[in-house]
Amino acid sequence: MALLEIKNLHVSVDGKKILNGLNLTVEKGQVAAIMGPNGSGKSTLAHVLAGKDDYEITEGSVLFEGEDLLSLSPDERAAKGVFLAFQYPLEIPGVATMMFLRTALNAQRKKRGQEELSAPDFNRRVFDAAAKLGIERDMLRRGVNVGFSGGEKKRNEVLQMALLEPKLAVLDETDSGLDIDALKIVSDGVNRLRSPERSFVVITHYQRLLDYIVPDVVHVLSKGRIVRTGGKELALELEAKGYAQYQEEMA
Amino acid sequence: MPAVQETVDQVRRIDVDQYKYGFETLIESDKAPKGLNDDTIRFISAKKNEPQWMLDWRLDAYRRWQTMREPTWARVHYPKIDYQDLYYYAAPKKKDGPKSLDEIDPEILETYRKLGIPLREQETLLGVQRPANEDGEDGEGATSGNGAERRVAVDAVFDSVSVATTFKEELAKAGVLFMPISEALQEHPELVKQYLGTVVPVTDNFFATLNSAVFSDGSFVYVPPGVRCPMELSTYFRINERNTGQFERTLIIADKGSYVSYLEGCTAPSRDENQLHAAVVELIALDDAEIKYSTIQNWYPGDKDGKGGIYNFVTKRGDCRGPRSKISWTQLETGSAITWKYPSCILRGDDSRGEFYSIAISNGHQQVDSGTKMLHLGKNTISRIISKGIAAGKSQNTYRGLVSAHRKAKGARNFTNCDSLLIGDKCGAHTVPYIEAKNASAVIEHEATTSKISEEMLFYCMQRGLSEEEAVALVVNGFVKDVLQTLPMEFAVEAQKLISVSLEGSVG
Ligand SMILES: Nc1ncnc2c1ncn2[C@@H]1O[C@H](COP(=O)(O)OP(=O)(O)OP(=O)(O)O)[C@@H](O)[C@H]1O
Ligand SMILES: [Mg+2]
Repeated sequence: MALLEIKNLHVSVDGKKILNGLNLTVEKGQVAAIMGPNGSGKSTLAHVLAGKDDYEITEGSVLFEGEDLLSLSPDERAAKGVFLAFQYPLEIPGVATMMFLRTALNAQRKKRGQEELSAPDFNRRVFDAAAKLGIERDMLRRGVNVGFSGGEKKRNEVLQMALLEPKLAVLDETDSGLDIDALKIVSDGVNRLRSPERSFVVITHYQRLLDYIVPDVVHVLSKGRIVRTGGKELALELEAKGYAQYQEEMA
Repeated sequence: MPAVQETVDQVRRIDVDQYKYGFETLIESDKAPKGLNDDTIRFISAKKNEPQWMLDWRLDAYRRWQTMREPTWARVHYPKIDYQDLYYYAAPKKKDGPKSLDEIDPEILETYRKLGIPLREQETLLGVQRPANEDGEDGEGATSGNGAERRVAVDAVFDSVSVATTFKEELAKAGVLFMPISEALQEHPELVKQYLGTVVPVTDNFFATLNSAVFSDGSFVYVPPGVRCPMELSTYFRINERNTGQFERTLIIADKGSYVSYLEGCTAPSRDENQLHAAVVELIALDDAEIKYSTIQNWYPGDKDGKGGIYNFVTKRGDCRGPRSKISWTQLETGSAITWKYPSCILRGDDSRGEFYSIAISNGHQQVDSGTKMLHLGKNTISRIISKGIAAGKSQNTYRGLVSAHRKAKGARNFTNCDSLLIGDKCGAHTVPYIEAKNASAVIEHEATTSKISEEMLFYCMQRGLSEEEAVALVVNGFVKDVLQTLPMEFAVEAQKLISVSLEGSVG
């Protein structure tokens, strides 16, 4: 059974159609890259998977481990193992990153009927994961993403992913805004988490990222649907030729 | 984070009616006849067996009150109050006045037990811990707060009278006087006479003048020179009786070089009619003395449709009378249908210091108009104002503040920070700061922000596994963090819970 199975998904926002009969299957343990022009619906897809309001799903289905995902609230999806690294991470003033992480992890554990982590246990996990991502402890004490640089916000997203250990991680342009060194650190962070039990959907505009996070499969999203699927060489082709050939009118 | 979790558990347990203190205690009470006239005042004064000067003071206040008009400048709207349609005195019926707790009506003891207020000294708040340190200190596992047993002395005021005061003997050993003001009038009339009305004059404002005429009880504290009060003092106000106004009067005097921390809490039954609460609090800090006054105000706010609730018209003022004295107000305002309240500091002594830390939360149809006045009279006086207003539902939340530096207040300094947080788009937040600097050396800084809890922010938190309620609680706790930290630790946890309960149903 595939981990994620999206069938004929139609989604509109404020009456505007954005996803238009999208089909996508992500196997367990697979790393799938999604590339596509600006405005093609990549972030919309990511948000719909995570359960954001304001999207009207007019047709189609999404199964996660064979279960209907669309009927669950965002926090229930998170507890089931769906994680989204945001293209634009939000700031939460006055809430220390450390506390945010603990609240999130314990909320998920509680929903899954697990014990809360003890403070020393939790701290150890966070400090380990942070060290690997080159995140200073001082940053963990600051308000969530408050005053973080663009690159620091992205690293913080990956830190959360490492800590929450999802089954499906959707990374929405996690590479944008990263310098070369950070790109490498973040990619290593993702690669360390690769396992037969964990799948990734990596949304990106840049072939370069896929040199570091080598995908099993590359999908092209255009005008709200997957228009082509191939191996990692497809990314190179897109880099060379652009998206012109996929820009036909929406049906 | 355990506090958020507890909060949410608590929120869940309360389903329809969010206000959990809304029950009524059925007891017989002794009331003054309805309405207000000289006889009502004589009745109250006689009940308390007051000295003649006190009765004269009241009657004088009443005469002046009749010439005054109800203020209309606040951003609050309510139907006209018929002052003749109220009871001004209600006291639980008793035989000869309880000599010990065993003589108090068990119904009243039960009421306070339900409210979580311990009247038996051995049941006082035990081992309440500060919320675990959330900042992720390097000290691994550094989560337990001060687990030591902390005691709090309580004065319980039920409608118009004080029904019990705990730890009196122990406090007396330290020389601290802590008793109902009616008792202080019997035992220490000279102290009451010396200080009463010296901070809030009889004619200060409509509601304060009314209070001066009809006040029935409240707390009296005197801390002698050089004494650090050995425990937290607190007064717990409960309005129970129907159609009854509560007019309490609190007077706290910190003599030279002394220190006291005082907390008041308040609740009332849920009723359809509005009820009036018009209190006066006067604080006096002499040379080098310090008073820390905290309030957790949780009067009944009215129901979902805005029916019922307490009208809270309160005058609170502290006088930093001596040099280097300090007064600090911390308030958490979550209840009342209408709040009209401006705890203030008169910075008279040179180098004195005033602080105001406020969290004012409004939800449903609540109207809050609150803030502070910092009047700099002495040299090098310092004031600090941190106000956090949170508006949800269809409520209106106004911060109104005045900072003034007198001609002689050379080197006066003020820092003000007013932040408002809006939840939803049917509520309003307003900031009305007045600044008067009459000398060039005064430095007055003002910062203000208004922000909104966005859907995006909640979605971000929920994507990480928090329910919507948990997400709101987290964001709000972050917003009020600076102020919450100024509450005595015994109450910080309670305050955090209360914040979330008040915001129940504010989203979605
Ligand atoms: N709330 C909204 N109201 C109207 N249009 C919207 C809304 N949200 C998204 N859209 C539109 O939907 C389309 C798809 O947006 P989306 O953010 O999914 O694109 P994207 O593929 O992630 O683009 P990018 O590569 O620039 O991040 C865009 O045209 C966008 O303007
Ligand atoms: Mg996007």
